[in-house]
Amino acid sequence: MRAREPKGPLDYARSTPLRLWVGLVLVFLYAPLACLVAFSFNESKRNIVWTGFTTDWYGKVFDDGDLITAFVNSLTIAALSTLVSLVLGAMVAVALWRFRFPFKPAFEGLVALPIVVPEICMGVSMLVFFSRILPWPTDLPWPLDLGSIVIAHISFSFPFVAIIVRARLASFNRELEEGAKDLGAGEFRAFFDVLVPHMRPALIAGALLAFTLSLDDFVITFFTAGPDTVTFPVKVYSMVRFSVTPEVNAASTLLMALTVVLTIIGLRIQGRDVAEMGNG
Amino acid sequence: MSGSGTTQRWQDARGPFALLFGVPALWLLLFFLVPLAIVWAYSFGRSTGLTDIAITGTLSNYARTSSAVYLGIFAKSIGFAALTTVLCLVIGFPIALVITFASERAKTLLLLAIMLPFWTNLLIRTYALMAMLRSEGYVNTSLGWLGIGPLPLLHNNFAVTLGLVYVNLPFLVLPLYSALDRLDRSLLEASLDLGAGHWRTIREIVIPLALPGILTGVLITFIPALGSYLTPDLLGGPNSQMIANVIERQFKRANDWPFGSALSFILMYLTFLCIAGQGIIARRREKASAA
Repeated sequence: MRAREPKGPLDYARSTPLRLWVGLVLVFLYAPLACLVAFSFNESKRNIVWTGFTTDWYGKVFDDGDLITAFVNSLTIAALSTLVSLVLGAMVAVALWRFRFPFKPAFEGLVALPIVVPEICMGVSMLVFFSRILPWPTDLPWPLDLGSIVIAHISFSFPFVAIIVRARLASFNRELEEGAKDLGAGEFRAFFDVLVPHMRPALIAGALLAFTLSLDDFVITFFTAGPDTVTFPVKVYSMVRFSVTPEVNAASTLLMALTVVLTIIGLRIQGRDVAEMGNG
Repeated sequence: MSGSGTTQRWQDARGPFALLFGVPALWLLLFFLVPLAIVWAYSFGRSTGLTDIAITGTLSNYARTSSAVYLGIFAKSIGFAALTTVLCLVIGFPIALVITFASERAKTLLLLAIMLPFWTNLLIRTYALMAMLRSEGYVNTSLGWLGIGPLPLLHNNFAVTLGLVYVNLPFLVLPLYSALDRLDRSLLEASLDLGAGHWRTIREIVIPLALPGILTGVLITFIPALGSYLTPDLLGGPNSQMIANVIERQFKRANDWPFGSALSFILMYLTFLCIAGQGIIARRREKASAA
């Protein structure tokens, strides 16, 4: 065995009581999720005592038309919302980075407002807006019937994208863009060939965040959605209200797996971008 | 940033400015400010029919919010949020400390471990807690084997507090970590060298120096906790309702939109008050350190 270095005065990471504490908190954070996953494979419907391994509950989930519809709706909403949020967020970031204009600090504050406004307030404002000002027709073909939810999701997602992209642009050398324009690139060329590549890691991080925020949202969707449009969280909410069942466990496990995969992909891409920047 | 020499005057590129500024500004106006403005207007109105609301400029909705029942609910919500924040601080501080002084590899893994539940759907996390806490849940079943219980763990104030801590802990650990990570370690070493113990070093060196970061963390834990809807709804009992649940009831079952609007705006004002308070404290500290 390798002899360990003596503990330094600031080696809090190697103090046994602190390590124990971290361990306990990680158990607190993960035990409920681990139980949820484990019991999605349990034969017994009563969900407490382990009676044997089965994947029947997953079969049930895939046979549950409503649940699948809700899941597809959620993914569609998240994809559409992410796309528009990226565009709007990047526009805000570039506008704030590039220009000076009157009331700029006020505009900056305004853009951050959707982040701090409590979800419930935003939810009821969307409910009021879509029932009184812009009633969303209920008989539209899919995916247009999801429009009101998508709009609500964009409104709370794109400020996050704007903040992430703005932080990234702070490290951009303006002379590169000016150089491109001097060499004859128009506004669009300069934007897409010079600025966008620099923003790329922030755009990926922003897209990931926007997608997760949309997929995660329950409260605002709950108020915005009409009776006929159901998203995954809204559907799970209505199932959870009645009882704890292995089917809900299975559906939740699937969504968690999706989130973990997305997070890993995001981290990988970001890691690659960082590596490329290091070489470049 | 604004006013620095390298930014462009908006008049020098009207076309790109109109596009880059105009589109998001229009979106924000139409799909954020207008909806909020209507709710604000409704808070001064009164229901005249099943769906009709007359904006009369009345303050009666706000007067109603100051009745004992609703003041109690506001007090309870603030209490829940404050207790959650304190618990998250106490639980999270040692974790942030460990992450700060861990090796690079352990640091990445620990940060990921703290972040991953945060990326997981809130509803699923709350549901997972329900499955743990209910009387035939995992905790009570385990206790039952030891001959204890079943304890009433779900649908009460305890469950709501536990749930809020469970959900909001990552919000606090991350800013705490980034505050501690920026500290000048030689100051801590000096304090320990000069004979101060670990407790005293943390109390008199670490906490004062990391205070701005700690306050940011407190703010971004307190605000979402104050407006929580799902946690008290699913984990709470009849008397653990928070503001958000009362607002929801006004807009759905009770169908009293003007009153719900007034409650929503009081919650908004409370939120802004917290942000302003934190801003003032931060500015005062900046001035004090500049002087």
